[in-house]
Amino acid sequence: MWSFLHKLASPPHFYGISARMIPWFYAAGLLAVAYGSVAGLFYAPADEEMNDGFRIIYVHVPAAFISMSAYMVMAIGAGIGLIWRMKLAHAVAAGAAPLGAWFTFLALITGSIWGRPMWGTWWEWGDPRLTSELLLLFLYFGYMALRAAIDDTAKADKASAVLAWSVPSISRSSTFRSSGGPRCTRDRPCSSQEGRRCIRTCCTRCWQ
Amino acid sequence: MSGQDRQLPGLMEGFIAIVRRDLLLAWKRPGDVLNPLFFFAMVASLFPLAAAPSPEQLMLNGPGVVWVAALLATLLSLNSLFLSDFEDGSLDQIILSPQPLPLLGLGKAAAHWLLSGLPLVLVSPLIAVSYRMPADIVGVMMLTLALGTVSLSLLGAIGAALTVGLNRGNALLSLLIMPLAMPVLIFGARTVSLAATGDPYAAGIYFLAAYCMLALTLAPFATAAALKISNE
Repeated sequence: MWSFLHKLASPPHFYGISARMIPWFYAAGLLAVAYGSVAGLFYAPADEEMNDGFRIIYVHVPAAFISMSAYMVMAIGAGIGLIWRMKLAHAVAAGAAPLGAWFTFLALITGSIWGRPMWGTWWEWGDPRLTSELLLLFLYFGYMALRAAIDDTAKADKASAVLAWSVPSISRSSTFRSSGGPRCTRDRPCSSQEGRRCIRTCCTRCWQ
Repeated sequence: MSGQDRQLPGLMEGFIAIVRRDLLLAWKRPGDVLNPLFFFAMVASLFPLAAAPSPEQLMLNGPGVVWVAALLATLLSLNSLFLSDFEDGSLDQIILSPQPLPLLGLGKAAAHWLLSGLPLVLVSPLIAVSYRMPADIVGVMMLTLALGTVSLSLLGAIGAALTVGLNRGNALLSLLIMPLAMPVLIFGARTVSLAATGDPYAAGIYFLAAYCMLALTLAPFATAAALKISNE
């Protein structure tokens, strides 16, 4: 058991095994996406307030979810690579970055498409969630740009790991912006209320 | 070894030596210090020219513009933080020296702040006056700028250390530092605008001070790790 796991951590074995597994992962992923699309678009009942407009939740929330967890994968992979000098852990970190960047981009785009009918605006600078997702996108871009700029892979691994770890958890730090007095109007309701309703909708939908 | 006969300089002496060296180097070439300052003043004066705002708008936008200009000027000056040391080989000597590298990185960042952050803080009242900010919030602005530029120098040192040997380091450094600097920018500008509208602003000052302390304690170690990686 352990020797199998240890073998898995060495790049030659890993590449052999992963090459055989990739088609199966593709198939499983396509199946899951197909089921999710059909169930989300046709079987889930419409929301009482947003009607069919809420259905983008099935794309938006998972995208936002992965956009943040991909950074965790990247940071943990980079940390393991830096401490135990495992090449494969660095490869995991390097692979998580474009994934995270894509899903951050998707979360921003779908959120914008959702925000247009619900909030009446494509983009709201005062909302900390939007700002922190945008920051996350820039973080991924910086990470990938640093990797791309260094020719030596071993050096790129270590430098990007230091970068991934020197970024503290800044995701909530722009919350302070919303404390600047009343911003909410009847035409443009408080985004935090909207957010709570979004989460409530999300939870009830997913468990129905 | 000659450990007994030759007394090594202490930690404080090493720190002071590297700060003094950087200050002396800047004294010999004052252009490197003055250019970011001129850039700061220029960016801050471009906004009113481009947007032609009314006096009220000018006062409202003042804190944000001053902060953006300060961030850009700091980024401009960060490029050269380790560059000349890297080119003439003294960075190798710094890394090889018996003093702990985080301490020397802290010294480099301290010298950078004395040469770029402090002048920005001292010049900012001039910009504030031209933006018609009330006199009593100029002090708040200088305090936020002082705390913020310390954080920027320390965080920027990490980025400068990561990109020191790279050809394309110039734009890359800005891309790396911008997300780290964004909280400083948001809190700094926001605190000044809160003070301008008469709202309580102490929380912002506390946050900037906390961020500054965090950067002061953690950034030198990241800088040292980055310097070793990019110089191996």
